[in-house]
Amino acid sequence: MLWFPGLRTATGEDLAELHLHGGRAVVASVEAALSGMPELRRATPGEFTRRAFANGVIDLAEAEGLADLLSAETELQRKAALALAGGVFSEQVTDWRTRLLDLSAQVESALDFSDEDDVAALPEQFDERVSFLTRDLTDWLAKPRAETLREGFRVVIAGPPNAGKSTLINALAEKEVAITAPVAGTTRDVVTAAIAIEGIPFLLLDTAGLRTTTGDAIEAIGIERARVALDEADLVLWLGPEGQAPQNAWQIEAQIDRGNPPRQTTPRHRISAVQGTGLDGLRTDLVATARAQMPKPGEVALNRRQHHLIAEAQQALSGCFGVGDPLIVAEHLRIARLAFDSLLGQATTEDMLDTLFARFCIGK
Amino acid sequence: MSQFEVIVIGGGHAGCEAAAVSARMGVRTALVSFEIETVGAMSCNPAIGGLGKGHLVREVDALDGLIGRAADEAAIHYRMLNRSKGSAVQGPRIQADRALFRSSIHRQLTALEKLELIAGEARGLLLEGGRVAGIELADGSSLRAGRVILCTGTFLGGRLFRGEEIIEGGRVGEKSAMRLADQLRDADLPMARLKTGTPPRLDGRTIDWAALEEQPSDVDEWTMSAMNDGRINPQVFCAITRTNPQSHDIIRANLDRSPMFTGAIGAQGPRYCPSIEDKIHRFADRDGHQVFLEPEGLTTPLVYPNGISTSLPADIQLAMLRTMDGLHAVEMAVPGYAVEYDHIDPRSLRPSLELRAIPGLYCAGQINGTTGYEEAAAQGLVAGMHAAATVLGTQPAALDRSNSYIAVMIDDLTLQGVSEPYRMLTARAEYRLRLRANNASTRLTPLGIVAGCVGQTRREWWEQRIEARARLDKALSQEVTAPTLVELGLPVRRDTGRLSLRDWLRFSGVTIDALQSFLGDDLCHDRALVEEVEEDAIYAPYLERQDRELRDLRASEALLLGDDFPYYDIPGLSQEMIERLSSARPTTLAAAGRVPGVTPAALAALLVRAKRLAA
Repeated sequence: MLWFPGLRTATGEDLAELHLHGGRAVVASVEAALSGMPELRRATPGEFTRRAFANGVIDLAEAEGLADLLSAETELQRKAALALAGGVFSEQVTDWRTRLLDLSAQVESALDFSDEDDVAALPEQFDERVSFLTRDLTDWLAKPRAETLREGFRVVIAGPPNAGKSTLINALAEKEVAITAPVAGTTRDVVTAAIAIEGIPFLLLDTAGLRTTTGDAIEAIGIERARVALDEADLVLWLGPEGQAPQNAWQIEAQIDRGNPPRQTTPRHRISAVQGTGLDGLRTDLVATARAQMPKPGEVALNRRQHHLIAEAQQALSGCFGVGDPLIVAEHLRIARLAFDSLLGQATTEDMLDTLFARFCIGK
Repeated sequence: MSQFEVIVIGGGHAGCEAAAVSARMGVRTALVSFEIETVGAMSCNPAIGGLGKGHLVREVDALDGLIGRAADEAAIHYRMLNRSKGSAVQGPRIQADRALFRSSIHRQLTALEKLELIAGEARGLLLEGGRVAGIELADGSSLRAGRVILCTGTFLGGRLFRGEEIIEGGRVGEKSAMRLADQLRDADLPMARLKTGTPPRLDGRTIDWAALEEQPSDVDEWTMSAMNDGRINPQVFCAITRTNPQSHDIIRANLDRSPMFTGAIGAQGPRYCPSIEDKIHRFADRDGHQVFLEPEGLTTPLVYPNGISTSLPADIQLAMLRTMDGLHAVEMAVPGYAVEYDHIDPRSLRPSLELRAIPGLYCAGQINGTTGYEEAAAQGLVAGMHAAATVLGTQPAALDRSNSYIAVMIDDLTLQGVSEPYRMLTARAEYRLRLRANNASTRLTPLGIVAGCVGQTRREWWEQRIEARARLDKALSQEVTAPTLVELGLPVRRDTGRLSLRDWLRFSGVTIDALQSFLGDDLCHDRALVEEVEEDAIYAPYLERQDRELRDLRASEALLLGDDFPYYDIPGLSQEMIERLSSARPTTLAAAGRVPGVTPAALAALLVRAKRLAA
């Protein structure tokens, strides 16, 4: 046992380390003995980092950095995290925010000083400038997401019950991750498999067959989860009939080993997961598609929170058009500013006022 | 020696509201002023209200203050600013007759049983064990009270400038309270210097009114106070003239005689109320600036030319005036001048406006670095209400940024401090869609009733209003189909479906008046109420969104930091953060987030410590 007295330890508190032989039984019995001691419990996830932060050993940025570093598994992830930390994104948001403050200042001066001749109504280019900003945000929303790097490219396998979805995921994963049976409704929850094909990380999700009528409450929950999974998918492999596929799905004709003549007119792939027919083609297609949609090394990848906030700002700005009341325009701009502030972690109305006064001649 | 609970020094707008609210709450209060006659005087421009400022007047009124009623009783001209915009940014403003305003304030003050007006000069504070114990008057007598509210305007280190003239000592003719000033300096409070200015006063009989564009008083009979109804005085018109290249030439040629440009005045003036020399210097490309000619009363010929405050020498002021349309033969009654003065850094105040360094001593008004009657009145109300509540052991009205401009101002002042004279603007309020001038009573009167600062007349009025509102709300809940409205000639699409009347109000072109056939005549009688309900319906989707924001805010408002929070002892806080937080001393975690420059990392560190202290 090693004893580390406080203050200069990783957490800033007293620490003891137990070094044990590797056998599971030894570890288990020591754990059992420890848990029997009063005032002793297991650490919660991240508790050591949290304590280090609370004790001032590391600051928040370091804590976030540590978290990123701990979760970075590939070189690609590390480089994307570095681009983010390197300030490329912050600079971009700062630029948006500056443009937005300027727009807000124009609306505010129209509101707070409109009875004075020194301030005109909204300038003609106002709408144009709002739409430029909106377009910039839309472009960023189309960029690859950081989750793709960390969690893999999300491929959801969907279709009606008993279409061969579980057989396909097992074949792609090259192991039995889902139970297969010729009974409709076998898969009741979302089954996931993290795999790598040619070094590209994929997250495969097998979902409960989508059908609207089921008397089974558990299967109903599974169907609901399937719909959520579909919403978050990067790509959907649709094993159902043509014309019923969700948007951005690939039409797959499965179970071609069953001897039926081709039922579909223009599937993207025709496969037999049981025999392996067409699987290589599918894999190659998946890799090429995923690679194109993943961040390039060193490119900024937005995480879910950032993506959500930019989307919020974009939505608020889109709401500025066709609104007569400048007060409502101002409220939309304020919502967008809140989103930018959260992205940067800063907030103050005073900034907007500074911009306002710097630009206008205002009497009274 | 007389014994009071609360003593207010100074009879300006801050002092009057402070004394009045304290007395309304049933606390024995003294208002001390050099002369009783000057209590309630409007010392500068003859207008009350305006954009942002009108909100403050309505809010003070909703808490049963004096300024709204006095404004109506003195009003000789009503103007709703921003009428074409959404009501949340409309600014009610009136021109007041100075004499009528003062007599209204006197009437209201003398009606308060618990209030005593005392003529005297407050020479210094009585301090006992670091706490305020009363004041000492210039005649050697003293008044005792555990709470003293300073509403003394620009008395600290005032200097008056007009061209090459410099006059020391605040206002002309006042050798004011230098000992008091020394005591405050001894307390080692952070101080800063600001400047403000006034325009010359004109003799209206020498103005050629016929040559000028008239601005008539509003026709619809809105009022400043919810307790008034219609016009009390005859209404007059204002007029508009402009400066022109010739006026600008005269000013430019004499800039070297303006104390602001010779360097005699170093203090920061307001960006939004610059002197005319400042405007011409900073916006050289403009060839004219608007000047509003505002009559000062029904019985005086004096006219206030709003927009040309100046500290140029008197002869230059006159020459400049005479270049303008309608003013070619004008005479000045009093030339304009600039005042430079010390103010207390308001970050040394608690949100109650009590000085942290001297318990029991409150400051309100210009002494805190603000400008304007309305800002002063609102601070007076806050200081008076808090002082009285500590006497009674009760809670003051719970004002916060989401329910009042008053709280927005107090929060800004005590957390951010001031770098120029602070003036209210609607842009300062992030939740302004809910903070409208026309719903001030709904927002604040119930809080005021709970806090005990609302008198009986208004309480009774409020009971009736709640009842009227409930009936209107109920009537608006009935559902009507689109075709029914189309038949009434309303511009809605037939396929819109069936909605409540309240939801229909969100459609452009649908007003309560248009829906009157569903509501009944008596419900649409109270115009102020109808307007408020209409606006509520229109802004409803935005207000719901803000509700979510406010839930987050309230969660961090609940985390108290307190005066003695050990910023210096928090690992991970930089020296800069420690300094910023120590001078602002935010009371809650949410307030800490509003201190300028405080980083999210610092907030996180505070959060961790605050939770540990609370545990």
